[in-house]
Amino acid sequence: MTEYILELKNMTKRFSGVEVLHEVCFSLRPGEVHALLGENGAGKSTLVKVMTGVHQPDKGEIYLDGKFVSFADTRESRQMGIAAIYQELSLFPDLDVAENIFVGRQPLAAGGRIDWRKLYADAGNLLESLGVRLDLKQKARSLSIAQQQMVEIARAFSINARILIMDEPTSSLTLNEVADLFRLVRRLREEGTAIVFISHRLEELFELADRVTIMRDGSYVDTRLLKDVTRDDLIRLMVGRTITDLFPKQDVKSGEVVLKVENLARAGSFRDVSFELRQGEILGMAGLVGAGRTNVARAIFGVEPATAGKIQIAGREVAITSPQQAIKLGLAYVPEDRQLHGLIPAMPITSNISLPTLFKYAQRGWLQDKVERKATYDAALQMEVRANNIWQMARELSGGNQQKIVLAKWLSTKPRILILDEPTRGIDVGTKAAVHALMSKLASEGMAILMISSELPEILGMSDRVLVMREGHITAHFSRAEATQEKIISAATQAVTSGSV
Amino acid sequence: MSTHTVSESNLINEYAPKRSFLAFFQRWEWMLVGLILVDVFINMRLTPYFLDARNLSRTSSDFMEIGLMMLPMVFIIITGNIDLSVASNMGMSASFMGLLHNMGVNIWVAAGAALLLGTLGGMLNGYLVSKVKLPALVVTLGTYAFYRGLAYGFLGDQAARGYPEAFTYFGQGKVFQTLIPFSVALFLFLAVIFGLVLHRTTFGRYLFSIGNNENATNYSGIPVAKIKFIIYTLSGFMASLAGLILAARFGSTRPDNGTGLELAVITAAVLGGVDINGGKGSMLGAGLSLLLIGLMRFGMGLMNIQGQVQGIAIGMLLILSILIPSVVRSISATGKNINWRSAISALAFLLIFILFFVFFFWSRAAVIASV
Repeated sequence: MTEYILELKNMTKRFSGVEVLHEVCFSLRPGEVHALLGENGAGKSTLVKVMTGVHQPDKGEIYLDGKFVSFADTRESRQMGIAAIYQELSLFPDLDVAENIFVGRQPLAAGGRIDWRKLYADAGNLLESLGVRLDLKQKARSLSIAQQQMVEIARAFSINARILIMDEPTSSLTLNEVADLFRLVRRLREEGTAIVFISHRLEELFELADRVTIMRDGSYVDTRLLKDVTRDDLIRLMVGRTITDLFPKQDVKSGEVVLKVENLARAGSFRDVSFELRQGEILGMAGLVGAGRTNVARAIFGVEPATAGKIQIAGREVAITSPQQAIKLGLAYVPEDRQLHGLIPAMPITSNISLPTLFKYAQRGWLQDKVERKATYDAALQMEVRANNIWQMARELSGGNQQKIVLAKWLSTKPRILILDEPTRGIDVGTKAAVHALMSKLASEGMAILMISSELPEILGMSDRVLVMREGHITAHFSRAEATQEKIISAATQAVTSGSV
Repeated sequence: MSTHTVSESNLINEYAPKRSFLAFFQRWEWMLVGLILVDVFINMRLTPYFLDARNLSRTSSDFMEIGLMMLPMVFIIITGNIDLSVASNMGMSASFMGLLHNMGVNIWVAAGAALLLGTLGGMLNGYLVSKVKLPALVVTLGTYAFYRGLAYGFLGDQAARGYPEAFTYFGQGKVFQTLIPFSVALFLFLAVIFGLVLHRTTFGRYLFSIGNNENATNYSGIPVAKIKFIIYTLSGFMASLAGLILAARFGSTRPDNGTGLELAVITAAVLGGVDINGGKGSMLGAGLSLLLIGLMRFGMGLMNIQGQVQGIAIGMLLILSILIPSVVRSISATGKNINWRSAISALAFLLIFILFFVFFFWSRAAVIASV
């Protein structure tokens, strides 16, 4: 017997000739939380998919309890006790909690009917043993993301999972929900479950994980005990270079007010939102997920127009009812959800970048291919996008490179006001630093930036001023000097009114 | 400031070819060209009448109504929508013209009014789909019944006939003393225009963007609703134009004219490689597939296979056209993990397809032998 429950040796995987995993090794002990760390595109997701049988390796061996195994599909890996919870949750929205846990494996009574009583009893026992409190009869559609995750975890344990893989489980959770999740993970660890944990938030790894395996560009870098490494060590191992400053906001003297919002409201999502945004300024907008920050951004950009209140741009009152209008007024919006709102994944890089400015590359409606190609190539190059060529489909790129394309696309509209919604969510450390440097540069050139972010270090590091929203309205307003982590958290979570705008 | 550098090897290359050599030959259009050649070969072996210019000329005009409606349908399907009402709209417009003609209205005024009515029909679809944001399938299923109902309302069980020769030219005439029917020339001209708009203009690019991700297109400031309204309006106009051509070809109008043609229109587009989920397709492919269907039906007609039975071959071919690429994709994507279910169904369909032709070959050979 070995000390490892799962061992991967020299995993190599190619996709259409391109090596995405190169001789990667990974080992997992029972009762440990093992973090998998690397920039986007480093091969973490592929490695996970090899572990779960989604992909089959071109080379390399998998040992489970010291025995050689291979998985033809996810069903085989599940039967051997490996369960994975991906970023995109996969519950059936119209089934309730208990049905979701046992979907496809409902206990049967005589005659092939579903034994509902047993189903609910089993589900209740399972949730109780996990220490999770959920209403068994609630439909999945009405659960929060955190609760849906709990249901997925319960589903994994209903088939006796011994290995649980979690791919960025915390990226859309609130602080309290993260705490709940961690409590559950620790409990599972104590019971001997081996957990593979992927996250970009280094703080979380130090809080939760025992060991960490670092990957870079598809290759194995190192495995360390977390108690023996520092944050800087991890970043260095991950990017293969030193990043001296994650938050390089330079001080810029703020200019004139370019955007003024007064008592803006949209029925059902936010109310009484007022603030000013000046040239050269980065205004941070903090708050919990669901506090209405994105709705404010969408209202200003005309996607979901406001139902009350005023918007002034450069001193002139405007009514913005569509993104076209917003773009004409010099606004640009980098949305929170890249796949859904930011990009057209099935179209090439060049078409993605040129979309809002396509009319510029046309004469009387006829496209001038060469002009478009040159301009989008230059834009991509300036953003240091890494790709084979500009014909590559946006969906084939890593999250960081996708975000660079969205930024290139919006900067090509030459906006005066840039709204960034979670600009660095789910992107690697290197790209994150590049995005922050870019924001700082743009501000110093006079752009006004409204930045929505759920990452406090980012808010504190980048913002000249900070607004905090809670339940659809602004609860606090801090200058850069006043803002602290504690103040922001308290304003985001409970009713606190300090000097309002 | 950050001190990271980017490895040079990964920077993107502007001068890389748009498509690789291999990808060029993997295009669906080559498959269609191949099938067309095979079909021409088979037809030539089967009957000496196939290459007769008059025959070809007459047959080709039979398909032009489908072709005219297919052009805007390609636009609509590429945006991920559908228009089931085209054939009904065609019947409605033609019947309206017939009604006016029966009432003694000048034929050109009547034709103009019919075009207007058809365009309005398209606008109604467009309004409901783009502004009211109802699902296209349901909206056009509703107007499918509604417009056909109006056609019967206009003409009852009657047929309108007696159109002047100047008008029937549009359905029966030839251009420039050649054997090319006017309707074919009109279709080819419009097909080139529609193709250029789709592949060479901002409008065309927007259609693809909408089909691939309507949300992101909207966020990019593209007037999505307006574009959808335009293409449905265009579809209505082209449907009524097809109705006039049909009336001119028959020299009469009946309210059931064109019943069921919407399915032929959609079949031609999808067989041409236009993705029914939107976002992909080419006008060339759609044109080739129309040619293929036309040649197949013509050839089978010469073999005395009834029109309804011909549906077996066309239907099989349509399913094969989406099965084969999915099998090829699964093979090239995973290397060895063939999706057996689709591979086996592809083989089964292919087999039935071949058996169908062998059967008719054999039966026809038997007929010839007996004569």
